[in-house]
Order: sequence, then structure tokens, then C-alpha cells
Amino acid sequence: MEAKVFASSQPILSLRGISKYFGGVHALEDVDFDVYPQEIVALVGDNGAGKSTLVKIIAGVHRPTKGHIFFQGQPVEIHSPHDAQALGIEIVYQELALIETRDVPANFFLGREPVKGRLGIFVDRRKMVEDTVRTLRELGIELPYLRSPVRYLSGGQRQALAIGRVMPWGGKIIIMDEPTAALGVKESRRVLDLILRLKEKGCSVIVISHNMRHVFNVADRIVVLRGGRKVGDKKKSETTPDEIVKLIVGADML
Amino acid sequence: MRYVEPGLVLRFARNQLAALLVILGGMVLLLSLLTSTFLTANNIFNVLRAFSWIAIASFGQSIVIIGGGIDLSAGSNMAFAGIITAMLLLAGYSVVFSILVGLLITLGIGLLNGLMVSKTKLPPFIATLGTMSIVRGFCYGMTQGWPVRNLPRSFMFLGQTDIWRVPLPAIIMIGLAVFCAILLEKTKLGYHVYAVGGNEYAASLVGINTGRVKTIAFTLSGLFAGIGGLLMTARLGVAAPTAAQGYELDIIAAAVIGGISLTGGEGSVWGALIGAAIMQILRNALVLMGFPAYWQPAAIGAVIIGAVMIDMYRKRKV
Ligand SMILES: Nc1ncnc2c1ncn2[C@@H]1O[C@H](COP(=O)(O)OP(=O)(O)OP(=O)(O)O)[C@@H](O)[C@H]1O
Ligand SMILES: [Mg+2]
Repeated sequence: MEAKVFASSQPILSLRGISKYFGGVHALEDVDFDVYPQEIVALVGDNGAGKSTLVKIIAGVHRPTKGHIFFQGQPVEIHSPHDAQALGIEIVYQELALIETRDVPANFFLGREPVKGRLGIFVDRRKMVEDTVRTLRELGIELPYLRSPVRYLSGGQRQALAIGRVMPWGGKIIIMDEPTAALGVKESRRVLDLILRLKEKGCSVIVISHNMRHVFNVADRIVVLRGGRKVGDKKKSETTPDEIVKLIVGADML
Repeated sequence: MRYVEPGLVLRFARNQLAALLVILGGMVLLLSLLTSTFLTANNIFNVLRAFSWIAIASFGQSIVIIGGGIDLSAGSNMAFAGIITAMLLLAGYSVVFSILVGLLITLGIGLLNGLMVSKTKLPPFIATLGTMSIVRGFCYGMTQGWPVRNLPRSFMFLGQTDIWRVPLPAIIMIGLAVFCAILLEKTKLGYHVYAVGGNEYAASLVGINTGRVKTIAFTLSGLFAGIGGLLMTARLGVAAPTAAQGYELDIIAAAVIGGISLTGGEGSVWGALIGAAIMQILRNALVLMGFPAYWQPAAIGAVIIGAVMIDMYRKRKV
């Protein structure tokens, strides 16, 4: 198996025999998937191949119909996004998961608003605004209006916000589902740089993308899904964009 | 990089509350000029008393609507709280006990609405349409259709006392508005109510327990309808099974006029408070200016459509 290539270190995250059925739809069928420490894994495949479903299982949004998840060698159950966060798994969703009617700080801390006071129910709005501004500055993300609803932001600005907000939480595994989909050339470059920086800092990154240039730019390893099955798992140094494209569409299509 | 904030003019234009206050102020000014009776302490306090029940129920309704739901059972709950409490009072129970039971029961109905919506995934419109009718049925059934009269003075005091000439219900209304505003704008639960109403799927993706949030919102709506209903009953001195019929629409209208979008995720209880005030002042104005009361619904309807159209236009433009 491909995993032997990386036998020098143990995977930080391992999925074994993962299947996910939505009623009659077999979104994933018997998928094995590993992530090693400080590794950038690209997850590729055509529309509907099961990429988002796979990362949502890792992020605690879906429970697998079959299969097991191991974190640092230990079996774990990830029942909710909070479970995933507790393991140090952070995700930027393809859908962005922003609340259009709320402002930037509210979206930045969505679901884990900091609290103050002894009761622990009052939101620390000052901290929210300060931390939001600081993180966005550090990442070089420019947003025009901090206190206006997110619906007034452009598509790219929203995507930048969705990426930026997972950064301060010290995740060990960062998942990005099509993070450059709405971004221009310059902004895409920034996100790719960010992914490389995350790796330098010791994180592992799972990135989903349809852009082969981006994939070959950053990935250490490329995993290909087709029709819910894993059909390829290649070190970047041992494959070519052509081969990956063939795996994505299937040999019978050529 | 700079973080520019919108200018004052833009912020004002985007601020629904500011726009509403201007409308409210305009109405007050116009009426003060047109009639000699509007701007008297007596009339103002009567207006306050008359809309406090609706306003209080609309606070709970606002939480539900901001959370992406709707509560059609509010009017029935108002009547039911009054009937339960009135029957207990006549059976000799203490005022405090009777009130607590009345409120607990509407709170329970709200909880039931919330559980139907969050657990069995019934659309809020359907779930609360059902409870609206069921609870109204209980109102008739338990009273055999007769109003419950002869309530003790110690209970009616609630709806009829003034403190420094300000009616007690109005004071309670302001207190509850502050409570709801803090809950919605300052607490984690409030943030999650906006999140669930703004984009339920996104809220669930980030791990917010959307079912819990919705259940709490409906429970509060039940409780607030109960409080409004008790103040209404105390004021009228009678608990009629037909009371508050159709009030759910006024309650929803107050929220909508107040800029709370029926699509959820936006608005504030202050908007609902001002919305309720605008409706009541309009009614009062029609009376003072000599229009027969029969015309009131037509005027209210026009205001609802006008308010929502202005709100939509404003949001598109700025
Ligand atoms: N919640 C769901 N309920 C039912 N079917 C679903 C659900 N989520 C995904 N699916 C189905 O599972 C399959 C895989 O979907 P998935 O979103 O994982 O694809 P993807 O590889 O991310 O595609 P894309 O590149 O278009 O984002 C599709 O057939 C999709 O219709
Ligand atoms: Mg996808």
C-alpha cells in the first residue's frame, strides 16, 4: 500500500474502511485515508466524488455508515464539530458556513464566542472585535466593513473570512474544502502560501481543489476519489498532473 | 490595510431602529399638532397600557422569528394563561400560585412547540397552527364557552395599578424588553439565535445545537405570551375563551413593522416594541380624529405592507 512509503512516521489521522450512505446514495465506499504529521494532502475528484463528505466525516458533521477513525493511533468517535475541534481539527467548509445577516466578528467567532463574567453566558464583544482585527491583519485580509452584515462582502472577501477564522485556534489538522474557489490570482497565491506556512508551523493540511496547478504547487501527496471510492494515493514526486487527471475521470473516459 | 467603518449617514440609513424612531416621532408630532387630546398624560398612558400586552408577547415572538421560526399559538396562549389563572383564583388558590401555574402552562406549550419543531422537524407554521387551535379548544372546553368573571382585586391590581401615573403593565413591558434585548444582543444564546435564523445549516456546521436554540426560543415565546395574557386578563377583569383571538397576527405584525425579517437572523426587540407602539398610536389616532373603529384593520394592514416595503427597499439600496 502507498502508506508504506511514509512508514517512517505514524499517521496523525487514519480513516479505515469508511462508507457513507445517504439513503440510497453511496457517497463513500470503503475509503482508507491517512494524514501524516506536517503533511499537505490534496483531495481531488470530480463533482460528487465524495470529497466534501469525507472531510465532513473528519470534521464531525457526518457519522460514517461504516468504518473507523484513528487519531494518533487511538480509535476515536467524532460525534460533532466540537469533538473535532477538541482533537485539533479545523475546517473551512466549501459552503463557507457564514451567517449573511451578521457582522464580521460574529462570523469570525461563530459557534465559539468568547464569554466574560462569572456566569459564563455574556459574550465578550470587545475581545471578539480585537481578535478579529488582529488575525485579519496578520493574514493580510482586507475587509471594508467590520460591523456590517457579511452579505455586503464580496464572494472573495467572504472566502477570506471563512479561511481566516479557523487560524487562531491552534489546530493540528487544517481542512480546506475548495478554499480558492472564489479567489482571484493574487488571493489564491496568498492562500497557497498560507497552506505552506501552516505546514512549516507543524500543521497537517487537507486541501480539496479542482485546480491542478494549485494541487501540484502545495501538496505532498494526492488522494483521488471517484464515485465514492479511493482510486489513487500518490506522492507528488511520483506522479504527474496527467496521471491524476486520468485517475479523476477514469481510464474508460479517455 | 485599513478597517473603514461606514459613514454616519450610511449607518443611519441602514439602521432600522433609527428609521422607525423617525416614523414614530413623526406620528407623535403630527398628532400633537392635529389634535389637542393626543399629547395628554392620560391619553399617552392609555396608549401605553393598551399595547403593553401585545408588545410583551411580541418580544417572545421576535426571538422565535429572529431564530427563523414563527409562533401562531401566541394569541391562544394569552387567553389560556388568563383562563387557567382565573379558574385557579376562583378555586381559592393564592394569586402567586395561580399566576405561576398559568405561566408554567404556557411555557410548557411553548416547549412543546419547540420540541415539535426541533425533534420531529415539523415546520413552525404547521406546528404552531396546530397548537393555536388545540389551545383555543381547551379555552372553550374548560370554560364551556363562558367567560370567567369575579376575579379578586389582588389579581386585577396587576393590570390596573399605576406607579407615579405610569401603568404597571408598561413598566413590566420595559423591563422585559431590556431582558430580551440583553438576552439577544449580549449572550451566547442570543448570538446563536441570530445564527440559526440567519443560516441554520451554517450554524449546525460550526457545531451550534440548533434544536436546543429553537426549543428555547419557542419556550420563551410561550412564556411571554402567558405574561401578556395575564396582564390583559388583569386589566379586563375577565378571562374570556374568545380573548386575544387574532392577536397572533398583531403580535407578528408588531415584529414585522419593527424590522424583524420573517426570513430570520435580523432585527431586535426594540424594533418590535416600536412596531407595537406604532400600531397602537395609529389606532388611537384614528379614534381621536373621529374615524369609526371599524376602519382600524385596513389602516394597520396598509402600515404592515408599507413598513416591509420600506425595509426591503432600504436593504437593497444601501
Ligand atoms: N447531506 C446529503 N444528503 C444526501 N446526499 C448527499 C448529502 N451530501 C452529499 N450527498 C451526495 O453524496 C455525493 C458526494 O457528495 P460530495 O459533496 O461529497 O461531493 P464532492 O466531491 O465534494 O463534490 P464537489 O466537487 O461538487 O464539491 C453526491 O452524490 C451528493 O449528492
Ligand atoms: Mg464538495
